[in-house]
Amino acid sequence: PSRPPAGATSVLAGLYGPAEVKGSRELPDRAALEVLLRPKVGLPGVMERSREQLLRGTCEAVVLGGLHPRSAITLVLQVLSDGGSLLSCCLNAACLALLDSGVPLSALFCGVTCALGADGTVILDPTTRQEQDARAILTFAIDSAERKVLAASSKGSCSVEEMQQCLAAAQRAADTIFGFYRDCVRRKYSKS
Amino acid sequence: QVWQIRLDLHLLNHDGNIIDAAGIAGIVALCHFRRPDVSVQGEEVTVYTPEERDPVPLSIHHMPICVSFAFFHQGTYLLVDPSEREERVMDGLLVIAMNKHREICTIQSSGGIMLITDQVLRCSKITAVKVAEITELIQKALENDQKVRKEGGKFGFAESIPNQKITAFKMESTAVDTNKVEEQAEEIIAKAEPPSEVFSTPILHAPGTAQIGEGIENSWGDLEESEREDTVEEEGESEATAFEYQKMETEDTSTVRETEDTNEPIVLSDSEEEEVVILEPQEVPKKTR
Repeated sequence: PSRPPAGATSVLAGLYGPAEVKGSRELPDRAALEVLLRPKVGLPGVMERSREQLLRGTCEAVVLGGLHPRSAITLVLQVLSDGGSLLSCCLNAACLALLDSGVPLSALFCGVTCALGADGTVILDPTTRQEQDARAILTFAIDSAERKVLAASSKGSCSVEEMQQCLAAAQRAADTIFGFYRDCVRRKYSKS
Repeated sequence: QVWQIRLDLHLLNHDGNIIDAAGIAGIVALCHFRRPDVSVQGEEVTVYTPEERDPVPLSIHHMPICVSFAFFHQGTYLLVDPSEREERVMDGLLVIAMNKHREICTIQSSGGIMLITDQVLRCSKITAVKVAEITELIQKALENDQKVRKEGGKFGFAESIPNQKITAFKMESTAVDTNKVEEQAEEIIAKAEPPSEVFSTPILHAPGTAQIGEGIENSWGDLEESEREDTVEEEGESEATAFEYQKMETEDTSTVRETEDTNEPIVLSDSEEEEVVILEPQEVPKKTR
């Protein structure tokens, strides 16, 4: 019997802008942010649309759109492989793309997924297998300034206490992820 | 019953010659793919899951590989595998798809350049050489992948991204200190405000429609005088419109008008042209959710 491949989730993010915006989408006082999420297989469907809106909301919270009025910032995410925790991977890729492109931001953000087991154990960044076995899966977008929640998405049922525990664990994990961002940027600028 | 195969190609970066790259990606994906095993006994068909039986590869007879040639100056200059800049200024493009047995699978000329048979033959010889090289590379990569999977190493897309490039960074999975997380969570809950007040049970008007809360007062009465007079004149009408407005607020069925207590139709406007009559609740087709 074959073993399903050990997952590694990867998402390619491309950010374009601030650029020219098509007539109706133009906002007079800030930049119009658009997110496109392309799945690995098939055409984008309703799930992708709902994720796009979540990502868009998160990005709008940190992007200083007021500095680029009447322009468009487009973020395109292509799912390359899905081994679990896809939404938080998309969030991280989105933030790194924003960082890399130099769009003015008020804070950074990262995505963390928590899987709640039947006995209440919390697994951070679960694989597909762990997600399937979990009772509930919660994804949080945490900001870098005060570790506040920018977006939350949940699937399954959990109590309020469990959700708060997952959130607290996610905030701890955010420290590690922000450390990784710092590392990436440092390496990028040290090479050039 | 047949299998349907779907091949999705995602273009990650365009620096010229998409056809060749997409062709190689496509044929390798098809060779690499494994489909669920099936056994057929007479009329009975059993499809095994990947856990029950190892998935089997597709039957690939041969591997056609595309090679593109860009022509400049009416066929004087020839470039194999043009880059994006070269593609932009070329006169015409010739694509030859060949397999390692030197059989031409596709030949396609675009851009309107006129080529002599000599040139086309030369291109096909170059193609044969390139195809032999590329087919070998593909075979080696497929064997390598199979070996790694059998030995239990890491494989997949994430592993194949080169680690040295600036745009790709990797970090091994690290443990996160989650001590005292429960205490932190309890503190948060203790300090949090109590949940907002629960609404009383909804009032059920008709099957499928309910009203929660009272809604706010109808502010449409602040329009022009004449309209206000109309609404006040009709008996019980302002109530009806206010009620409808509330309904629209709380229910989301914005196009359905219903009346509450009266069974007679209520005339809304006294325009002479037509009578606007509100139908009784039972007669209006309900939107099902």
